[in-house]
Amino acid sequence: MKVLVPVKRVVDYNVKVRVKSDQSGVDIANVKMSMNPFDEIAVEEATRLKEGGKATEVVAISCGVAQCQETLRTAMAIGADRGILVQTDVELQPLAVAKLLKVVAEKEQPQLMILGKQAIDDDANQTGQMLAALLGWSQATFASKIELGDGVARVTREVDGGLETIELKLPAIVTTDLRLNEPRYVTLPNIMKAKKKQLDTFTPADLGVDVAPRLKTLKVSEPPARSAGIKVADVAALVDKLKNEAKVI
Amino acid sequence: MSVLVIAEHDNVQLKGATLNVVTAASKIGGDIHVLVAGANASAVAAEAAKISGVSKVLLAESSDLADGLAENVAEQVLALASGYSHILFAATASGKNVSPRVAARLDVAQISEIQAVDSADTFQRPIYAGNAIATVQSSDPIKVITVRTTGFDAAATGGSAAVETVAAVSSAGLSTFIGREVAKSDRPELAGARVVVSGGRGMGSAENFKILDPLADKFGAALGASRAAVDAGYAPNDWQVGQTGKIVAPQLYVAIGISGAIQHLAGMKDSKVIVAVNKDAEAPIFGVADYGLVADLFTAVPEIVSAL
Repeated sequence: MKVLVPVKRVVDYNVKVRVKSDQSGVDIANVKMSMNPFDEIAVEEATRLKEGGKATEVVAISCGVAQCQETLRTAMAIGADRGILVQTDVELQPLAVAKLLKVVAEKEQPQLMILGKQAIDDDANQTGQMLAALLGWSQATFASKIELGDGVARVTREVDGGLETIELKLPAIVTTDLRLNEPRYVTLPNIMKAKKKQLDTFTPADLGVDVAPRLKTLKVSEPPARSAGIKVADVAALVDKLKNEAKVI
Repeated sequence: MSVLVIAEHDNVQLKGATLNVVTAASKIGGDIHVLVAGANASAVAAEAAKISGVSKVLLAESSDLADGLAENVAEQVLALASGYSHILFAATASGKNVSPRVAARLDVAQISEIQAVDSADTFQRPIYAGNAIATVQSSDPIKVITVRTTGFDAAATGGSAAVETVAAVSSAGLSTFIGREVAKSDRPELAGARVVVSGGRGMGSAENFKILDPLADKFGAALGASRAAVDAGYAPNDWQVGQTGKIVAPQLYVAIGISGAIQHLAGMKDSKVIVAVNKDAEAPIFGVADYGLVADLFTAVPEIVSAL
């Protein structure tokens, strides 16, 4: 069984982004870029499926600028067998990415695709569900456990108030939540090996997909700042403030 | 212009999030209809009919809609979509699960987690964990939107809309519901609680987290946690407050042993009053707290409990 794992190159989660002074976006020049953390969990899960004998091949895909190759190499260092880059400088929105992934899925014919539940840059939480809809496949979002059976996947999902388990007919889309696994550290030998793995590059035009953005960003602004309050000396002062100043208790 | 709001419910009760979504719908303008897709959910429809500003409730009932499976609920929404200019979901686990399926099938962009409505086609939404706010405009014929409930007040009740039964779609046959493990709790739901008491890595262990119980009891609060505490196994995942967990904006947020990573602040910085207790005077949480107490939480928390 082949597993496809889309991965996104995003601003590293430790970077505090700054809004550009002309409000055209956030300044990401010269900041550290990394694989989206939820996508790392997806690559790890696919790799474990392969190591456990459930999957035969793991293919990582990234859509975006040429530097997404680095993200693909990281995926291959974790355990993906090869990579596919759909290269474009156009700002890609989730619907466009889902359309690109659909064409790749139709070529590659996987039984399972594992995606991160959301990217930590645009916080959209859309691509997996959109892809499932476009392919007409089943989906399980926010997965904390995946078990593969005969033609089905049983997935435990993080939902409001607890967990739920559903069974999906394969092929299926699964999106990852935090507790699915803890991604391994990539080792230097595996980074070296990843450099030799196959990486194919296409353009959106090769795949026949129009990726023009649908949403127009009119401006990007700073959120209203919350000013720091005061430090209180002790518990008695704190309770007094809450009762008599903030009046919340 | 007319807006379809997808009700959030468990077939028995309407979830409070729906009321916030109706307020967002009223800021867009036009008729507001609410879809209740479920099984034996007429009580939910009756509740939805009482929301002020709602002119019609559509009730689709089928066993295939009982468990909120994304494939089936999306088909139900799509069967009705052509009559609407806007389709709104709450940005909750269930809303986020279904909404993008609807958008993709309509070949429109989804606008995620809006926190303000500028006009019928322009919305504000947080990006980068709320460190920036994007104002986006959609020219798609149908706008599919998820609504961040903390951005909008709950709509009032007291209305009396008509409830109309609509044909339920048949199952897409792609997935099957197996079971649910819902943590039983007498505490209020985290997302809608008036007071939230959250613990962080500073709690040190799952066992130590229990010292927050009497504090939460005194406040009538929901319990929350930082991602660090969840990752360390101190607290369940559905307590997680932050960029990748729940977004809350209670009247009072009490952060205990939480350092205040930007991802956590993203989930609680719109709270009305923030209290932080941390032994590290330099912790970033003090940068957003209205009242900070530099103290060891294991002595301060019991002291607060007895002072209340």
